[in-house]
Amino acid sequence: MAVSSPFSVRKFLFIFIIAWLALMTDHAVLLSFYDLPLQSAILDSIINNGLLLLTCLLVMHSIRFYVPDMNQYLNVVVMCIVFMILWLLLAQWLLGISISYYNINPGFLRKSLVIRGSIGFLVLGIVATTAIIWYNWQEQKNNELRKSDADRLAREAELFKLRQQLQPHFLFNSLNSINALIGSRPQEARKMVQQLSDFLRGTIKKEETQWVNLQEEMQYLQLYLDIEKVRFGNRLATIIDNGEDALPAKIPALLLQPLVENAIKFGLYDTIGETIIRIQTRIEQRQLIVSVSNPYDPETSSPQQGTGFGLSSVRRRLYLLFARNDLLATHTKDNIFTTEVKIPQQTTTHA
Amino acid sequence: MTKIIIIDDEVLARSLVKEYIEKHPQLEVVAECGDGFEGVKAIQQHQPDLIFLDIQMPKINGFEMLELLEHPPGIIFTTAFDEYAIRAFEAHAIDYLLKPFNQERFDRAIARWTEHKQSATAEKQTRELLETASQSPIQSQRVVVKNGSKIKIIPAHDILYLEAADDYVKIHTPEGYFLKNKTMGHFEQVLDTHHFVRCHRSYIINIQQITRIDPYEKDSQVALLRSGIRVPVSRSGYAKLKTVLGL
Repeated sequence: MAVSSPFSVRKFLFIFIIAWLALMTDHAVLLSFYDLPLQSAILDSIINNGLLLLTCLLVMHSIRFYVPDMNQYLNVVVMCIVFMILWLLLAQWLLGISISYYNINPGFLRKSLVIRGSIGFLVLGIVATTAIIWYNWQEQKNNELRKSDADRLAREAELFKLRQQLQPHFLFNSLNSINALIGSRPQEARKMVQQLSDFLRGTIKKEETQWVNLQEEMQYLQLYLDIEKVRFGNRLATIIDNGEDALPAKIPALLLQPLVENAIKFGLYDTIGETIIRIQTRIEQRQLIVSVSNPYDPETSSPQQGTGFGLSSVRRRLYLLFARNDLLATHTKDNIFTTEVKIPQQTTTHA
Repeated sequence: MTKIIIIDDEVLARSLVKEYIEKHPQLEVVAECGDGFEGVKAIQQHQPDLIFLDIQMPKINGFEMLELLEHPPGIIFTTAFDEYAIRAFEAHAIDYLLKPFNQERFDRAIARWTEHKQSATAEKQTRELLETASQSPIQSQRVVVKNGSKIKIIPAHDILYLEAADDYVKIHTPEGYFLKNKTMGHFEQVLDTHHFVRCHRSYIINIQQITRIDPYEKDSQVALLRSGIRVPVSRSGYAKLKTVLGL
């Protein structure tokens, strides 16, 4: 939100104009009271207060772009004094010129200098203080807005994370499989309960900001794959190929599971018969590269469909971690859809 | 005897339904299918009274499979949590079993089906359900049709235009046309309105296929497609096309 000037508030503008008219009238009346001809008194008031008005606007404008802290009031006082002196010199000079046209006693100008100066300083001070209060308030309001925006984003991210973690579809289907196994093969049911618990515990335990080594992430992935294999039986096969030196490499926790989940969904729901999911890892130029591939049917699905599943959240996470958008790539070849993710390694992994 | 077919892509999920069915001697499982293609075939072959149908399945989902049946049998959906689908069921009083479910809940679904199977509204309810369900995102991206004994999935971007033909809609693609037993209004609602415009009472056009729009007779235009085909455009259709194309 842009900072608005106090004049954008109609009431403030109104009061400001009234105050100024009052000041000018007062000035003129006072001078004529001290036996100055009315015409000269009015001219004096217009020059003196007109210039003061311009100076005030200048002060407000400077404060708009440089809002002083609450404890920097000395700066404000200095600024007001500088502006006041400039104003006073300019007003005296202009009034001096107009003397030749109107009968004003030059001695009167010199004598009134102190009074003019102090009234001017007072007015400038009031205007500056008002402006500071206004702009500080505006800034505070903006800060609050920004803060609530940031809070909202954080909450949304949190919710999204929770949704990602819970994966209701996977959870309920797994429970249904366990339910079926209890009747026919209780030993296997027990085993699957264990696997599902370990998997869920892994999800809850890890923070998204945490880094783990690839070996740990692969063990966690294996739990997930084992559960999916019980669900889908012979239809799901996996080939895991870990490259030399890849296992100690570092990776953000829980990064790979959505990629594999995506591959399984895309593969199993787009083809009939056995689906082979291939996971390959390797180190290349100080980057850990993980590729996950699945078969698809080019007749019924477009590669864009594949990217739409769950990859955008992984891409977003990589962006938040590395500020790069080129770490996740997908390509298709011979009816195989491959997702490749690169994870830069901070230190050399050849320790 | 009541003939039953179980359609679910997970073996264990099917075996659970079979286990629960054993308690009901009047029910007989005549077939088990792992996807919608097998499902359509088995339903035609066995003419079951009741099917247990999963929604998320390979190739075509449960709703798309039902669309391919001329006379759908009784249906009990078995599904894991799917908010969208649940709303559709509740609105149309067709029963669904949320996985995981137990024997009692299963028995209740059977009792409820037995009660309602005589009523003539069952088939109408199924049609209404499909109409609601077809507004899911996946169905705006493709159309599933039956071509003889084969099932064909047409991605939406392959559709050139649609043409009304009595009770059917002709879906024109580069490979020729396919018929689907639906109304023009249905497709107008289901397909992505950014890409498909009803340019005429009897035509819906894929705007990415248009190369030119020429005036034709008084008050009407004709759209020329990339393949050289001409599609009539009515006056109100022309106005709609202009908004979508940003003219």
